[in-house]
Amino acid sequence: MSTVIEVAGLTKRFGKVTAIDDVSFTVQENKIYGLLGRNGAGKTTLMQLLTGQEFATNGSIGVFGRSPVESAQVLDRICFIKESQKYPEDFSVKHVFRSAPWFFGGWDSAFAEQLIADFRIPTDRKVKKLSRGQLSAVGVVVGLASRAPLTFFDEPYLGLDAVSRQIFYDRLLEDYAEHPRTVILSTHLIDEVSNLLEHVIVLDEGRVIIDADAEEVRGSATNVVGARGAVAQFVGGRDVLHSEAIGGLASVTIAAVSPDERRAARAADLELSPVSLQQLIVRTTNSSTKEFEQSA
Amino acid sequence: MDETRPIFIQIAERIENDILSGALPEETQVPSTNEFAAFYRINPATAGKGVNLLVDNGILYKKRGIGMFVAGGSLARIRANRREQFRAEYVRPLLAEATKLGISRRQLADLFSSEATDSETIAKDTITKEGAA
Repeated sequence: MSTVIEVAGLTKRFGKVTAIDDVSFTVQENKIYGLLGRNGAGKTTLMQLLTGQEFATNGSIGVFGRSPVESAQVLDRICFIKESQKYPEDFSVKHVFRSAPWFFGGWDSAFAEQLIADFRIPTDRKVKKLSRGQLSAVGVVVGLASRAPLTFFDEPYLGLDAVSRQIFYDRLLEDYAEHPRTVILSTHLIDEVSNLLEHVIVLDEGRVIIDADAEEVRGSATNVVGARGAVAQFVGGRDVLHSEAIGGLASVTIAAVSPDERRAARAADLELSPVSLQQLIVRTTNSSTKEFEQSA
Repeated sequence: MDETRPIFIQIAERIENDILSGALPEETQVPSTNEFAAFYRINPATAGKGVNLLVDNGILYKKRGIGMFVAGGSLARIRANRREQFRAEYVRPLLAEATKLGISRRQLADLFSSEATDSETIAKDTITKEGAA
């Protein structure tokens, strides 16, 4: 499998703020990636760097083997759908879809027509008169119908209702199956997209804290619930991701346990439950938990 | 889909369940990886992993250029595996819960036989209806 993006020691500072802090990772061809993290974690900045819209302070970026900055060869193969895309002042929706093929060689206009109908986008309306959700839908259509070999979606569904989001996920999966490409999806709605992702990159305060197969991340942690003493004994010296207690009950999140340990836990009347991707990310990027552990 | 267990394992289990129930008879073709992915709304690579797990276990086999098929003898093999798991996954937790609730072994046996009678009646009814239809 070939590498589409290769980033090494990447740092981006805005004045005193370090938005991206010495980050290194690779992105493999034809996989769907989730770029996850809290607000201000650096997701958008990272995507701007990868698409040549920001200059790196330090480190190297290779996209399709070269720097994306001012490289037509690289940028021709990228589609970047931003959270709030700006369009020319007097553009109607029709103009957006008529000009899109100028920028995207792989544009499929029949597919775009179908998506416009699915999302019920009023094509005669001026872009600036669209509702927030309709504006997001325009971006989603451009992102899907462009079939760019490397497609970024940065929080593509602001204001989109649940039905439209489901249409987006379904069309993305169907079209991806027919036309494999590399997709990087940045989102807060982790539960909604977790099944679509093949690989997960989690940013926190400008650093990569998880870079793993989605299946590996799922099931990599376990909740242990039971009597305080029994939980403490079971957990022992392990790394604790999260812990809370009420009365005599304690609930602790630790790394996955082996079948033998599972039996031991059951014998000690402890309840073990797996941790979802979203819960895991909440627990690993929640600074109050970190402080709690440090003080404990 | 259960959020908290590896999805490819759940996919493999669902295909096995369909083979057990007769929905996917031996030597018939199973849906493609992309069809599974679209149906369960999951990443095609994940669906592929689930299918490959069953290929590795000899439950499915690949016909080049055509697709995946249910292997002969799969039904018996899945049943044997599931029977082994039955004790650990159903019987032991059941006994543990019964002990916790103070249900004696005798009461448990009575429960079993009355449930079994009920479900046999249901099964018989279904058979009669099917026969009539």
